[in-house]
Amino acid sequence: MEGAVDAASPMIAIDHVSMTFVGREASQTVVALDDVSLKIRQGEFVCLLGPSGCGKSTLLAIIGGMLKATAGSVIVGGTAVNGPRPNDMAYVFQESTLLPWYTVLDNFRLALKFQGIDDASWRDRAMHALSAVDMTQFANHYPKQLSGGMKQRINLARGLCVGTNVLLLDEPFAALDEQTRMVLGEDLSMLLARTGKTIVFVTHSLAEAVFLADRIVVMTARPGKIKAEINVPHPHPRSPDFMLAPEFGEIRNELYAILRDEIRATVARMREARDAAG
Amino acid sequence: MRREQLLIRSIQFGLVAILFGAWWFVTHSSQKLMLLLPRPELVWREMQLLWSSGRLWSAATITVTEIVKAYVIAVVAGILVGFLVTRSRNLVRIFEPMLAGMFAIPLTLFFPLFVVFFGIGPDSKVAYAATYSFFPIALNTIAGFSSVDELYLRAVRSMGASSVQQFRYVYLPGALPVTLTGLRIGFFICIASVLGGETLAAAAGVGKSIALSAELMETARLYAWIAFVVLASVMLNLLALAAETRSERE
Repeated sequence: MEGAVDAASPMIAIDHVSMTFVGREASQTVVALDDVSLKIRQGEFVCLLGPSGCGKSTLLAIIGGMLKATAGSVIVGGTAVNGPRPNDMAYVFQESTLLPWYTVLDNFRLALKFQGIDDASWRDRAMHALSAVDMTQFANHYPKQLSGGMKQRINLARGLCVGTNVLLLDEPFAALDEQTRMVLGEDLSMLLARTGKTIVFVTHSLAEAVFLADRIVVMTARPGKIKAEINVPHPHPRSPDFMLAPEFGEIRNELYAILRDEIRATVARMREARDAAG
Repeated sequence: MRREQLLIRSIQFGLVAILFGAWWFVTHSSQKLMLLLPRPELVWREMQLLWSSGRLWSAATITVTEIVKAYVIAVVAGILVGFLVTRSRNLVRIFEPMLAGMFAIPLTLFFPLFVVFFGIGPDSKVAYAATYSFFPIALNTIAGFSSVDELYLRAVRSMGASSVQQFRYVYLPGALPVTLTGLRIGFFICIASVLGGETLAAAAGVGKSIALSAELMETARLYAWIAFVVLASVMLNLLALAAETRSERE
């Protein structure tokens, strides 16, 4: 990590970030984010929750340096973000980004190579990360030989393997069936309790957010703003039993009450757009 | 699986054998066809003659040289153009439809022009075949590089891949399968164009020899030349198939 971080300063500081996508015509211009500020502590697990199109993935991309905000700044580990910072932040996408023309192990080798780690240690690190998600026996498989859940497990392992302090997860389980995502959620909670990483997790699943997060940041429908922040004071690792606890249901219901209007607003806007197009 | 494979192969060989049997039977039961369809053994004798007299080799040397020259030009130009065009989405939108449209025109129409420009010698065949096979190679290279998913590029960028690394580990392997298909199509178009061009206008070469035998009504020799071309094509096709299965396995 570049620059010294004292315990008091946040790991990630998002300061008045706005994002406007300019379209060819004025009507196509979209304000995705409107003056968002957020501080995330070291080791904190924060979920960004909101209706689809609320700009939560855009915010994640801005934190990760994949997009440049139109206004405002993001500071990670004491240094302003101006582009991808592979040594500080790892990114896991919604779809598998394992390169299909390489084996699982080669994908890990390349991830470390891109980061600048080109020594003999890569194999041990890769196998260690694979064993953390229980996938060592698939090291020499090609991605197309694996199921969607297995691939996301490995993408997660690749994100852990590169040893960054910050992990950014953009709806990593969204493309999976519900049972698989529950299992992966449990695994993630276990893994992260051990690693102590700072995590920003984008999701539109209420249950996923409550189960995983220390703090849930609820965003409004477009333009995305922060509507509410809810703490989930339950220690990690969380077992599936947590989902049955009354506390879980309460927080989930509270979230739903906050989100309901936003979801309705989004659906209405989508309908309008469809009518305008049709 | 293996038994099924064996059955399919024996049916295929059986069909070829029936074809030869029919040829033999027809030419031996009637003399009427003698001029148009000579007996197999006569064709075989002509083949031996062409082989031993060295005429096959002198003609083949010319034709193969033309094919190799034309193909090398087409591959270099096609991949270069295909790669450069895919540097920008707008370039693709301008050039891809133009190249596809030009490839849809039967370029055989322009062969006389090539002869006017490059003469009756090998150069006109090289230029014509290179032009024709350039198109599928360029088009498939464009398709190959365009087919690389943007997501992979975003992912490796987030991992800190340099632009050279992005090219080496994402662009190139991602574009390869479709580009290879273009190289194979281009190769067979190149062969067909050289041979076709030679039969239309040439001083020498396999295609010229075929056209000459036809004009002189030396049908046994004509079939002998054709038989050599067929044999060479079958062998090339088998080679290409073997190479493809190998690259798929990798």
